Amino acid sequence: MTEAPLLRVRNLRVTYPGEQGDVHAVRDVSFSLGRERLGIVGESGSGKSTTGRAIMGLVPPPGRISADELRLGETDLRGLSERGFREIRGRRVAMVLQDPKYALNPVMRVGRQIAETHRMHVGGGTRAARLAALTMLEAVNIRDPERVYRLYPHEVSGGMGQRVMIAMMLIAKPEVLIADEPTSALDATVQTQVLAVLDDLVRGRGMGLILISHNLHLVSAFCDRVLVMYAGRVVETCAAGRLHEATHPYTRGLLAALPTLEHRRAVLPQLRRDPAWAGE
Amino acid sequence: MAGPTIGGGRIPGWGIVRRVLRTLGSVTLTFLGLTVVTFFIGRVIPIDPVLAIVGPKASNETYDRVRAEIGLDLPLPVQYWRYLLKVLHGDFGTSVITSQPVLRDMLDVFPATLELAVLALLIGVVLGVPLGVVAATHRGRWQDHLIRLLSLFGYSTPVFWLGLIGLLLFYAKLGWVAGPGRIDVGYDDMVPTVTGLLTVDALLDGNSEVFVNALRHLVLPASILGYLSLAYVARMTRSFMLGQLRQEYVLAALAKGLSHGRVVWVHALGNVWVQLITVIALTFGSLLEGAVLTETVFSWPGLGLYMKNSLFNADLNAVLGGTMLVGVVYIGLNLISDLIYPLVDPRVRGQRR
Amino acid sequence: MSGVALRIWLLHPAPASRRQARLGRWYRAWRGLSRNGLAMAGLFIVVALVLMAIFAPLIADRAAVTTQSLATRLQFPSAEHWFGTDELGRDIFARVVFGARITLTIVGLVSAIVLPIGLGIGLPAGYFGGWPDAVLMRLTDIFLAFPRLVLALAFAAALGPGIENAVIAIALTAWPPYARLARAETMTRRDAEFVQAAVLQGASHGSILFSQIVPLCLPSVVIRLTLDMAGIIVTAAGLGFLGLGAQPPAPEWGAMVATGRQVLLTQWWVATIPGLAIVITSVGFNLLGDGLRDVADARSA
Repeated sequence: MTEAPLLRVRNLRVTYPGEQGDVHAVRDVSFSLGRERLGIVGESGSGKSTTGRAIMGLVPPPGRISADELRLGETDLRGLSERGFREIRGRRVAMVLQDPKYALNPVMRVGRQIAETHRMHVGGGTRAARLAALTMLEAVNIRDPERVYRLYPHEVSGGMGQRVMIAMMLIAKPEVLIADEPTSALDATVQTQVLAVLDDLVRGRGMGLILISHNLHLVSAFCDRVLVMYAGRVVETCAAGRLHEATHPYTRGLLAALPTLEHRRAVLPQLRRDPAWAGE
Repeated sequence: MAGPTIGGGRIPGWGIVRRVLRTLGSVTLTFLGLTVVTFFIGRVIPIDPVLAIVGPKASNETYDRVRAEIGLDLPLPVQYWRYLLKVLHGDFGTSVITSQPVLRDMLDVFPATLELAVLALLIGVVLGVPLGVVAATHRGRWQDHLIRLLSLFGYSTPVFWLGLIGLLLFYAKLGWVAGPGRIDVGYDDMVPTVTGLLTVDALLDGNSEVFVNALRHLVLPASILGYLSLAYVARMTRSFMLGQLRQEYVLAALAKGLSHGRVVWVHALGNVWVQLITVIALTFGSLLEGAVLTETVFSWPGLGLYMKNSLFNADLNAVLGGTMLVGVVYIGLNLISDLIYPLVDPRVRGQRR
Repeated sequence: MSGVALRIWLLHPAPASRRQARLGRWYRAWRGLSRNGLAMAGLFIVVALVLMAIFAPLIADRAAVTTQSLATRLQFPSAEHWFGTDELGRDIFARVVFGARITLTIVGLVSAIVLPIGLGIGLPAGYFGGWPDAVLMRLTDIFLAFPRLVLALAFAAALGPGIENAVIAIALTAWPPYARLARAETMTRRDAEFVQAAVLQGASHGSILFSQIVPLCLPSVVIRLTLDMAGIIVTAAGLGFLGLGAQPPAPEWGAMVATGRQVLLTQWWVATIPGLAIVITSVGFNLLGDGLRDVADARSA
């Protein structure tokens, strides 16, 4: 990786004001992303989703974002106006959410939802947007794009819905995709297909991918690099292939908790948590 | 929930058939309930209908003969059955005041009420929905509080009092609108009746003078009724909108770069409409009710004023006829909202597949 | 116990007695309510209304309610007649003050009829389910689909004008939402473990309903009732305005607006002031009800 990173994050903090003082959802998270697949793992509440949303400027008020550096290519995302973010979202950085059942507008045909992103960022009118959407549907391995274009979200299966979601988010050719638990709501067999589609497009277009997941297996198999988050902090960063060499006790705990086929366990290990890790 | 099956597969379209059957069933039951209630109201009235016809000086024989003629000597269920049959034929009896069939009377006055209620509903929806959306998107800020207070006063204020204050201010003091009644006396019967809606008839006739005059009479009562429906529509829109703004698809729409405006007014509001249909139908029903009081205040010659006048002349047929009519419109509105629902919500429509 | 110690005792996370738990719950609800300025304004209005009704003879001269004085009719508000006088020379201030009694009587009586009917239909429907539920809820739906004011009008017309009949007419059309609410609340609690425990101990259905379920349903029913009060007051005033409620010379606010209507354009205060009394009262109940609902929602969320 000699070229400049697509995304650079240094000391990202997300804070929510609470009744008993501020709640720090993300504390001093730093990483950079090249044309690679970066995994972020952690339990729910570890701040991994909030990190993704902070990059897109989608932390709902009264949440506050601050960072020493938050740069997408040459663009400084800190203090970027809403209008500025609007031009970036979908166009340069996009996000795939967990469950297509909820993440697609139920009263709008899926084709229109894909075309809408195109019209927004690429322009060229309704007809061009429709053609682009059909091509995009094909690109995510949907066999009958014309038919699927006219369907409503409740009429498509989970796997197809997620492919629609990917099409909707990638149609404007962003540089970075944040996939937040993109396969957690899907059946195991469909998960692989969707990941394959994602992998294809990300590699083919030379994008950077941030895959947010609670699933250590998935992340280590799919990504190049893994960040482990706990209580809003990155506690470990390592290459996916060397995860077994991880040193942090939390990561070790997560690894130990993974079920394996080789040995049966009489007692399931319990994950050890230490508040000190959050305070480092 | 499973319907009948052929060779293991469900019959397509069974869902929609079930839906229609269930709706029709509940409509029929509600209608029967309405007739039972009006029938019993008719029975408990302290005025003796026989005495009302024969007069206090009639002999016992005349009294009994008339009593038998109008069927009051029959057992209650039989009387109810007869009543039901008559109602189904649109026979609500004859009005004592006008000596016309009640149905005829009601058809004469109903367009005036309809004109009032439709304009009021338009005002309520056209203003109430955006206000509700703004309140939801500005939750907890001054816009929200202001709209909340505005609608709070809307459903706390008696419509008859608001009507009087409106007359005092906008008619007597400011002279912006015309006074009570539907039209100035000088313009009476100047345009042929086609729809019964005076403003529409004036437009059809191309008579702008009558149109303007009718509109000047219409605008105040319609605005006051409209304000009441605005209050309810805005409150419901706000709460539906808050529910939609929490949904994931809103986040996804923002993530693909849409403006807040587009996300709120196109995506979220598109889903709110689905829920609002029932609310709007209910609002229209309550407008018909509010019309009784508003028409009294504004001397508006509609169903409300007709019922009120009948009430004080002990014209029970007319009162019960009016109750039935409003009840039937209510039921009809519920039915329509049930039938429109699948047209707006693809998830319900999709059950056909 | 000092104030601070009392508060700590009330907010204790592990109350030592049932009394402490109950008082603590009330205190927490009160704290939630008292933070809401609008709700407190509503509470103030409602309390003021109740005090005004109770102490009416101390606030205004009872005789002035009905004493006619044609010499001083239709007078503009003054030091002697704060709200002016009406078309028969009666003191409007005294009539408004004593009118609070009528308004409170109406809402009290309506509640006293609506609650037993609503609970009596909703509780068994929710508790037993099956066909009793189907029958009772069908009945409720029928009444729910009726136009409320028009039906009340027809009832009042049939029963004859008067405050009792107005109350009956309103109550007959107001109960269905309570039946629905009670049913929904009962259904969520029917299978709760403490109910199962009571069943296992051999408690009868009746005693379970009254000792376990009714107390839990009551808060939401009371909140709904508070919110409905405004609607009841406005409907009652509407019937009064049409001449179907309290009969003259009773100082019912709606009827007072109706008489003021005759002189609206010349003596505006005769109709305006009693109308304001209705508005303020119903705003008060609405604000209080909204606040109570917010407290309840926050607790269940």
